[in-house]
Amino acid sequence: MSNELVQFLSVVAPEAIVGTGICVVLLAGLFAGDRARDATYLLSMVTLVAAAWVTGSAAPNGSLTGGAFVVDSLSVVLKMFAYAAVAAVLVYARAYLVGRRMDRSEFHLLVLFALLGIMVMVSAGSFLVMYLGLETLSLALYAMVAVERDAPMGAEAAIKYFVLGAIASGCLLYGISLIYGATGALNFTDVAAALQTTTGARPLAAAVGIGFLVVGIAFKFGAVPFHTWLPDVYQGAPACTTLFVATVPKIAAFSLALRMLGDGLDVLASDWRFLLGAVAIVSVVVGNLIAIAQTSIRRMLAYSTVGHVGFILLGFASGGAEGINAALFYTLVYIVMTMAAFGLVILLSPAGQEADAFDDLRGLNQRSPWFAFLMLLVMVSMIGVPPLAGFWAKWWVLSALLDAGQLSLAIVAVLFSVVGAFYYLRVIWLMYFEPPAMTGARMAPELDLRLLLSVNALLVLGLGVFPGNLLRLCARALGAVSG
Amino acid sequence: MLQNYLPVAVFLGVALALGLILLGLGMLLGRGRKDAEKLSAYECGFEAFEDTRMKFDVRYYLVAILFIVFDLEIAFLFPWAVSLDALGLSGLIAMTVFFAVLVVGFIYEWKKGALEWD
Amino acid sequence: MIGLTHYLVLSAVLFSIAVAGIFINRKNVILLLMCIELLLLAVNFNFVAFSRFLDDPAGQVFVFFILTVAAAESAIGLAILVVLFRTRRSINVQELDVLRG
Repeated sequence: MSNELVQFLSVVAPEAIVGTGICVVLLAGLFAGDRARDATYLLSMVTLVAAAWVTGSAAPNGSLTGGAFVVDSLSVVLKMFAYAAVAAVLVYARAYLVGRRMDRSEFHLLVLFALLGIMVMVSAGSFLVMYLGLETLSLALYAMVAVERDAPMGAEAAIKYFVLGAIASGCLLYGISLIYGATGALNFTDVAAALQTTTGARPLAAAVGIGFLVVGIAFKFGAVPFHTWLPDVYQGAPACTTLFVATVPKIAAFSLALRMLGDGLDVLASDWRFLLGAVAIVSVVVGNLIAIAQTSIRRMLAYSTVGHVGFILLGFASGGAEGINAALFYTLVYIVMTMAAFGLVILLSPAGQEADAFDDLRGLNQRSPWFAFLMLLVMVSMIGVPPLAGFWAKWWVLSALLDAGQLSLAIVAVLFSVVGAFYYLRVIWLMYFEPPAMTGARMAPELDLRLLLSVNALLVLGLGVFPGNLLRLCARALGAVSG
Repeated sequence: MLQNYLPVAVFLGVALALGLILLGLGMLLGRGRKDAEKLSAYECGFEAFEDTRMKFDVRYYLVAILFIVFDLEIAFLFPWAVSLDALGLSGLIAMTVFFAVLVVGFIYEWKKGALEWD
Repeated sequence: MIGLTHYLVLSAVLFSIAVAGIFINRKNVILLLMCIELLLLAVNFNFVAFSRFLDDPAGQVFVFFILTVAAAESAIGLAILVVLFRTRRSINVQELDVLRG
């Protein structure tokens, strides 16, 4: 074994483990058949634990091929968070997949593929690596939406998601090609160095490239006006897929924005901050307004996501380390909140059909006071009421905006968060003050689902009461990047 | 540099002119008495069975999908083969891993029955 | 002499045709897949032109990866299309209207 190879493996060990896990899960799902239904579930969990152990024990500083692939404190924190989130998704999905005609091993496989893509994106130090990670993630997501083969809605959502996602990738690539032409480099550090000295038409080409990059990033986040795939996918996909699509890939989207724009194109920050700010504020406005008109809980949550994404991008747009820190905090809190919300949607979905209409929530308090209380916590947190986590997330984004002197953006954002409170309150009203509908919702779920859901929703409360730890973690993770 | 293309341009011009002249002469001098029978599509003496824009069997797509993937991944072999002496042992190991992954994919499609026509 | 600008203009035109094709096309999902392919080819054109004029092979390496990823992407697209056709018996874009709101 050459020295070079050992060094290579030490840097990509977590990715190598997940890649091996994918191959093992694939073959296990193929050969175990019906005899070992839970084999792929257990193997996926083992893969996650092994990857977490290796990620945690390796030193958080390493790079490959001149910085095209980096391991720093940010990548370690985001990877750890991704493992935990994926493990939670697997537990939720396990309860959901019982009694449905879906190939469980394929879902586990696609989740692991998506995780691999996210890990590569989180560690990407060059446009090429970022693109490969993004496609690994996206292709897995497209397939995941259509994983229930005889569901017409799933197939329609998948084709829409696929076409729009492919356009987004195309725009992103076009932007990358222009920036490559302007700088002659693909590694983010080299691009940043080259931009310091370029003259003539080259900064213009880079600026046009940034426009295309922002389009691609907005698409992947689901920001207005590139949000149209979100409600369709949330509604059309099976609930376990929606749970995944809504949560974990946001980690990757954060890394996509931070590493490409923050690391590579910091010199032209005034260009992309303006574009992202415009996209962000429109997202906050449109997302919160359209969410009011929805009659399906999933479409409502989709538009609420658009609003939250607007806040995350506002953090980027405000500029400075404080804003990016707030964006990271918001991303992580958003994932925890959304996971709890969709966990409850899974809990409410009767075996064999999908929970979708608001009717399923009607009178939840009478059927199960504890889960109604948990949903109450999540909804109130999404509104942004103290002392829940959602409040601090919004608070820090707004304070970063104010520090940057963006008073008007902050006022609009607050105004439409208040508008957004309306539809969250409607959910609470339905749960507590309406008589239960006569649907045979399944209210005796498995113990692991109950336990995880409780922990997940209480985490929203816990992070709200003690936000300092997570915020310090975010700051330390970002220290290596923007320091 | 552009004058290298002059013979091509001459060739194209002559071909275009000749084609037009032959078609034009046929139209001018021919004594066409067109009726419905003459204008209908000729298919070995039969009536045409169906519209030419028919739907393909979905199984053709399946074969196409599998072909595309394996065909283009093999494209990585060419640059690797050309520069193998510079890459050395690590290049060989990397390609072995790459092929191992492809073989796993192949086992998957085989076992799933994607290679069966029926 | 054909310069860098010519390549960039051609690439921009291809890119625009592809995007216009995706948004104008109301008939067939297969055409959408072809437009996506054209989109990626426009990008490849850019990369190869820049790579040639910057005298830097990294752009061509990028093209190599785009080509293979595009193959995987169209495979996924076709697979979703097959699923769609099996459930709907149609791949008409206008009939994709169950999900609305």
